[in-house]
Amino acid sequence: MKALCWYGKTDVRVEDVPDPKILNPRDAVVRITRTAICGSDLHLYDGFIPTMQKGDILGHEFMGEVVETGASVTNLKVGDRVVVPFPIACGECFFCRRGLFSACDNSNPNAWMQEKLYGFSGAGLFGYSHMMGGYAGGQAEYARVPFADVGPVKIPDGLDDEKVLFLSDIFPTGYMAAENCQIQPGDTVAVWGCGPVGLFAIKSAFLLGAERVVAIDRFPERLRLAAESGAITINYTEADVYDELTALTGGIGPDSCIDAVGLEAHGTSIGAIYDKVKTLMFLATDRSTALREAILCCRKGGTVSIPGVYGGLLDKFPFGAAFDKGLTFKMGQTHVQRYLRPLLEHVVRGEIDPSFLITHRMRLEDAPEAYKIFRDKQDDCIKVVLKP
Amino acid sequence: MAANEEALTNVGQATEETGEGTRMGATVNVGQAERWASAIGGGALALYGLTRGSLGGIALALVGAALVQRGATGHCNLYDAMGYSSAEGGGLRNSENVSVPAGRGIKVEKSVTINRPPGELYRFWRNFENLPRFMNHLESVRVTGEGRSHWVAKAPAGRSVEWDAEIYNEKEGEMIAWRTLEGADVDSAGSVHFEQAAGGRGTFVRVVLKYDPPGGKLGALVARLFGESPEQQIVEDLGRFKQLMETGEVATTEGQTSGRSVATKEQTSGRSASAGR
Repeated sequence: MKALCWYGKTDVRVEDVPDPKILNPRDAVVRITRTAICGSDLHLYDGFIPTMQKGDILGHEFMGEVVETGASVTNLKVGDRVVVPFPIACGECFFCRRGLFSACDNSNPNAWMQEKLYGFSGAGLFGYSHMMGGYAGGQAEYARVPFADVGPVKIPDGLDDEKVLFLSDIFPTGYMAAENCQIQPGDTVAVWGCGPVGLFAIKSAFLLGAERVVAIDRFPERLRLAAESGAITINYTEADVYDELTALTGGIGPDSCIDAVGLEAHGTSIGAIYDKVKTLMFLATDRSTALREAILCCRKGGTVSIPGVYGGLLDKFPFGAAFDKGLTFKMGQTHVQRYLRPLLEHVVRGEIDPSFLITHRMRLEDAPEAYKIFRDKQDDCIKVVLKP
Repeated sequence: MAANEEALTNVGQATEETGEGTRMGATVNVGQAERWASAIGGGALALYGLTRGSLGGIALALVGAALVQRGATGHCNLYDAMGYSSAEGGGLRNSENVSVPAGRGIKVEKSVTINRPPGELYRFWRNFENLPRFMNHLESVRVTGEGRSHWVAKAPAGRSVEWDAEIYNEKEGEMIAWRTLEGADVDSAGSVHFEQAAGGRGTFVRVVLKYDPPGGKLGALVARLFGESPEQQIVEDLGRFKQLMETGEVATTEGQTSGRSVATKEQTSGRSASAGR
């Protein structure tokens, strides 16, 4: 089959590789009909993520048709259309039983690598380094799906692939970010970053009853989509975010703040951000990073929700402000399995059409070019969907 | 539990892997004849060094003094580091009922919580022939008689080590303790404990293993540097035991596809070649 393989920094190629096969009784093999490139794939593309090996198959947002099932998979049959969640979860451990699927104890064969870095290991992920399990990803014609009796959700006939593909990651990720804000009637939610996760967070905040959502970014195309979703927009290169937010909230500050940017905003290197951050802090300019700004802008007793990906150590973290204002922090990899069915219901009922943010539709063969376009935000690129 | 603590003490005084330097400092690990040789030779060396009056002489005198101290106390730090002893009975089994003598070997203790009842986990483990399913370094375990079994394990550099073991203590549904028998390539003694965890969280599984690594503690240190420490091994084994008992399988990526085989073009396109799928 054809698969997008990683060979090094900005070196990804579509290669002919062996077809995946069933390795465990609870596996299934899926023929992929649509797959997407995630912002977090760019961290791999740009070589930030350790424990990658040459030849690793990328991709964790995919859906397709079941072509083979392991002996223990009884809920799926050949021919079923499914969307596959990006975390791999067993459904049986302490964490899965509590709905904390991305904290699954049993799905990462390389748990020891993460234990060394983080103390404990989370779930294995598709196509996201050996530390995260080393599983082959879904930017390919076929993929092996472990614990197929737990993760994949069946898609009813007549629903377009494009409308459900993002259930694999970014829609639930934006939704969980909004849910973590525990939105009350009258609440204002501020969202830093209007990429796909930020846009879904905006839509979800409204679904969960937010009075107002304020969207912060610098790319006009993204801000346009945020505005179309009903948000008030701030272009942070043109206005002071704190001043704008306090003005909008009568001097109180947003009830909750969502950091949908994460550690590696705008494709610069960690080293560059680190240097930039240090410089900025010592110069005390107004261009702080998203999380710091979110902490400072958040109202007293408010919630900072973090769907943006962080991987290592934070420097110059304003913990004093967070402590004094009594903020609540909610974060983490998305427990996708928990949200699949309820969010699919929203799509089925036509309350949301997740395909609104697709800007690029390309063939799997063109994936290397697609990575480049996405990374450089060429042609107002927001989301690339690939068809094998 | 109490029964086992006793059992462990039986196989050797509980010796922690680290932080025991002071306690070990008091133990005698040099044989009687060697102590005399050390003291007399050291004394002569010290005298000779002092009469030379040079910098080199002072160094010799210091070495001599250290040998005298070694002879007088019967303790050698180098032997200690190597996990070796020439003291009477130190290098040998000093009893038929002891696999790892007191003052020897390394003790490792690791635990994991498994979301299954203690009895079920006990029964699975008690059939030792199941162990290679989650202990990757084991090639096979064969039950050879009442409480006795023969173990074959992979060793570094493609070799294998074998031993016979016996269960010397057990409590139905709670604990199993075993030890190696005379002639083992690596002497060891271990126990596994299954305790009901609080709050309906399943079972708290604890493994205690004491072993006498070939090459002594120095060898163990080197093994750890190369990522083959039994401590890490046990952590991973327990992780796989948990996976197997909770999910019915061991998570793996072994044998999965990748672009690493592109160069060889092996067995490509079985499925994708069959059109229409």
